[in-house]
Amino acid sequence: MTAALSIRNLHKQYDNGFEALKGIDLDVQPGDFFALLGPNGAGKSTTIGIICSLVRKTAGQIAIFGTDIDRNFSLAKQYIGVVPQEFNFNQFEKVIDIVKTQAGYFGLPPKLAAERTEKYLRQLGLWEKRHQRSRMLSGGMKRRLMIARALVHEPRLLVLDEPTAGVDIELRRSMWQFLKAINASGTTIILTTHYLEEAESLCRNVAIIDQGKIIHNTSIKQLLRQLNKEVFVLDTREALTEMPTIEGYPGQLIDEHSFEVEVVKGKSLNKLFANLSERDIHVTSMRNKANRLEELFVSLVEPHRNETAEAQL
Amino acid sequence: MNAGQQWVAFTTILVKEVRRFMRIWQQTLLPPAITIALYFVIFGKLIGPRIGEMSGFTYIEFVVPGLIMMSVITNAYGNVVSSFFGTKFQRSIEELLVSPVPNYIILLGYVIGGVARGLAVGVIVTLLSLFFTDLQVSHLGVTVAIVFLTAVLFALAGFINAVFANSFDDISIIPTFVLTPLTYLGGVFYSISMLPPFWQAVSLANPVLYMVNTFRYGLLGVSDINVAWAFVMVTGFCALLFFFSLFLLERGKRLRS
Repeated sequence: MTAALSIRNLHKQYDNGFEALKGIDLDVQPGDFFALLGPNGAGKSTTIGIICSLVRKTAGQIAIFGTDIDRNFSLAKQYIGVVPQEFNFNQFEKVIDIVKTQAGYFGLPPKLAAERTEKYLRQLGLWEKRHQRSRMLSGGMKRRLMIARALVHEPRLLVLDEPTAGVDIELRRSMWQFLKAINASGTTIILTTHYLEEAESLCRNVAIIDQGKIIHNTSIKQLLRQLNKEVFVLDTREALTEMPTIEGYPGQLIDEHSFEVEVVKGKSLNKLFANLSERDIHVTSMRNKANRLEELFVSLVEPHRNETAEAQL
Repeated sequence: MNAGQQWVAFTTILVKEVRRFMRIWQQTLLPPAITIALYFVIFGKLIGPRIGEMSGFTYIEFVVPGLIMMSVITNAYGNVVSSFFGTKFQRSIEELLVSPVPNYIILLGYVIGGVARGLAVGVIVTLLSLFFTDLQVSHLGVTVAIVFLTAVLFALAGFINAVFANSFDDISIIPTFVLTPLTYLGGVFYSISMLPPFWQAVSLANPVLYMVNTFRYGLLGVSDINVAWAFVMVTGFCALLFFFSLFLLERGKRLRS
């Protein structure tokens, strides 16, 4: 099957000499919901910029649904819709004009452009705001406007660069529902995000990029299987002066009414609670310390950084 | 993109450009009308009668073609430089860069948008001039062709300025230090036959002189220069600037990192 996105040996060196990408290979299959993760400055936005022609590549090949961007970029661009990280529409134009104009740039006849504009503005809850100047919209509405604009030509591949950055939880979840529906209708989606919870709940496959290289490329399920421990925070009714020492459950005191323990995956918690009960310590609540994927992300990126640092010494 | 889609993309850019300058007509259409009306009053009615005839015409008759051309030049240039730089500044240029619109369509859209404003202001100024003098048209074809080509040329120049500009200061430097002196010394207010031979020769190096005089020839039937040569030169400059602008777009100069 032809990949929705195929990247081979992609390099990018900026004019100031900074090497943002050091030979990336990546395949995203049609219909996939794919996450591109990485710390700030890892090369995510540069990769997306090259795919969307906002950044010039130094070397390498990219094909969108089998169309090489060096041979027929015009056709390849027809397949892509892009939602950038920063707001990049004219702040003085009306919402409806921004979307309709983008439809025109993709050659949609005026009648079809008007129909699609209404369709996507309605789907994204912006139809009532269609005659407002875009600068008057809230941050969340501006993000949704960029999604409507990216979808107006109904691309086969939707690329979103941190689409929910700065968006409140309620709106973020409604955007997730919308993106899931778009993906279910057959649109391939590539997403970069800092919210690992977002990648976990939306995406099937993931690539982790760091310092211009892909250091991990697998399914989210496979990635989560690598987690072998979890950290729980326990709140107690009794005040504690020191961390209760329990064999097999290392941990540390956070404050006088809470402590955290590290539990190896699959290990029973019964012994932990039994031990606490023997000491007359009553647990009033318990929660995961952090997003589990976040823990894993750090564990994957950190060793890679250390290796690179050692190699540079 | 097939030809039909390219036409849709072109008209989309053009309509957007026209909508922009119509939306802010207080900044784009009104000021040149007021400025040129003041020129008509001061040079035409107050000072003009004391100057007497120039090239066989009253001073107001002589100066009207130059003032119309001056407003076309500054507005065609100003529209593209401010619109395209604004698009770069707000990053909404990315809407076009991610789309499949060919570069020459982007260029044509912005340039014809600039031409539209230049001609709109030209028509307003021409109508205003009728309050001060009777306007005759000696050669309609020459008049229309030269005003169109001039608007195209300066719209292209404005586009190039906008591509290289990094700040709003950069889009005012060329109009202030290059465009205004060339226009004022381009035979708008006087005939170069009034100048000593040396300065006449220097004036011939000014491209605006050829456009103003050709336009004046179209209206009044008199010119300081060879009209055919003026057309060759203006067309040549249009082609040169068009291909240079296209080259800048292809390279993504200051548009793609």
